[in-house]
Amino acid sequence: MNILISNSSDKPIYEQITIQLKQMIISGELRSGDQLPSMRMLAKELRISVITTKRAYEDLERDGFIYTVVGKGSYVADKNMEFVREEQLKLVEEHLNKAVDGAKAGGISLDELLEIIRMIYEEE
Amino acid sequence: MVANTQKNAIEVDNITIRYDDFTLDKVSFNVPSGSIMGFVGENGAGKTTTIKAILDLIRTEEGSIRIWGKPSKNLHKDLKAMIGVVFDGSNLHENLTVDNVNFIMSDIYPNWRPKVFYNYVEKLKLPKNKKFKEFSRGMKMKLSIAIALSHDSKLLILDEATSGLDPMIRDEILDIFMEFIQDEEHTIFFSTHIISDIEKIADYVTFIHDGKIVFSESKDELIYNHGIIPCRKEDVQKIDKRFIVGTRQSNYGAEVMIRNVDEFKRKNREFIPERTSIEEIMLYISRGKESV
Repeated sequence: MNILISNSSDKPIYEQITIQLKQMIISGELRSGDQLPSMRMLAKELRISVITTKRAYEDLERDGFIYTVVGKGSYVADKNMEFVREEQLKLVEEHLNKAVDGAKAGGISLDELLEIIRMIYEEE
Repeated sequence: MVANTQKNAIEVDNITIRYDDFTLDKVSFNVPSGSIMGFVGENGAGKTTTIKAILDLIRTEEGSIRIWGKPSKNLHKDLKAMIGVVFDGSNLHENLTVDNVNFIMSDIYPNWRPKVFYNYVEKLKLPKNKKFKEFSRGMKMKLSIAIALSHDSKLLILDEATSGLDPMIRDEILDIFMEFIQDEEHTIFFSTHIISDIEKIADYVTFIHDGKIVFSESKDELIYNHGIIPCRKEDVQKIDKRFIVGTRQSNYGAEVMIRNVDEFKRKNREFIPERTSIEEIMLYISRGKESV
């Protein structure tokens, strides 16, 4: 498992961690029941403060991706597909926003845009 | 032991110490158990005075200090033995070797752990056959830290321990800190003026300026709550004053430090705040104070 931290990123470090762990959970690289490194261990490995990893784990727990057993550690939660779908949907919306902005700037009509999406979608 | 159950390892409450040319003025802050707190401020701001007061090495005129909930004055020797202390400038005898140090410390500390000590000696690559006077500055500091960590310490207090050391050795020391803090009952309080050390590993930052505490906060909150806006000089007045921490102007433009970045972003589309650093925040805040 790799977690990459960029200090020049606009995203706060705890968010960089949550995004990457979420991706690993959604992609199946991390499976439900897998144990995550302890917050202190992760902080040590990434050379960041414990508060930062704590925040990341708290956010993941709040969003239902992991659960914590006091005194034992944090584990990947049972995958809630509806939830995962929701996450993906958000991601798609984000990308589409950019696509629409680009289309508008270039005077590309909605129909043309939809046609492009259909083509790309059906290609795969 | 009591040490474990307290929310704060150190509680400094409203202490005042007056010297002829310097006053430590109503200083208050808490160091939460299980965390690393960086204590920053320019030379002469009162860092060492505060640390000495915490260790009950100097008398405070007002206020009180608690360590693990107990008054630091006349702290029980069992609790005292759990505090590892490292001061800038080591004070070991010149002719001592690592083995001598082990022998002497086992006499001083009831909880002295030779195994732990030699583990650190190994890990930090300290020479066993050299005398203390032949040690480099970095080695001396590493030996002091090894000693501080080898008597079942739960609280580590360091005064400028990483200053004057090269980046590689500072890095090794930060590693040791992170190792130490793996135990949730362990706490580190260290003063430094090298901000990059804090930027990396500290959970909390306490900033002292001219004998007064300017802020004592979670490092993340501090960084994510502030932002810096590069803009034209004539644009400065367009920025809502309630957000402004400080402004820096040159002939060719301006930079404005703002707080409450999230709220600012919601209300202003025109300016986009950029990420800032502890160092910049400190500079803007302390300069802001002086101009008032």
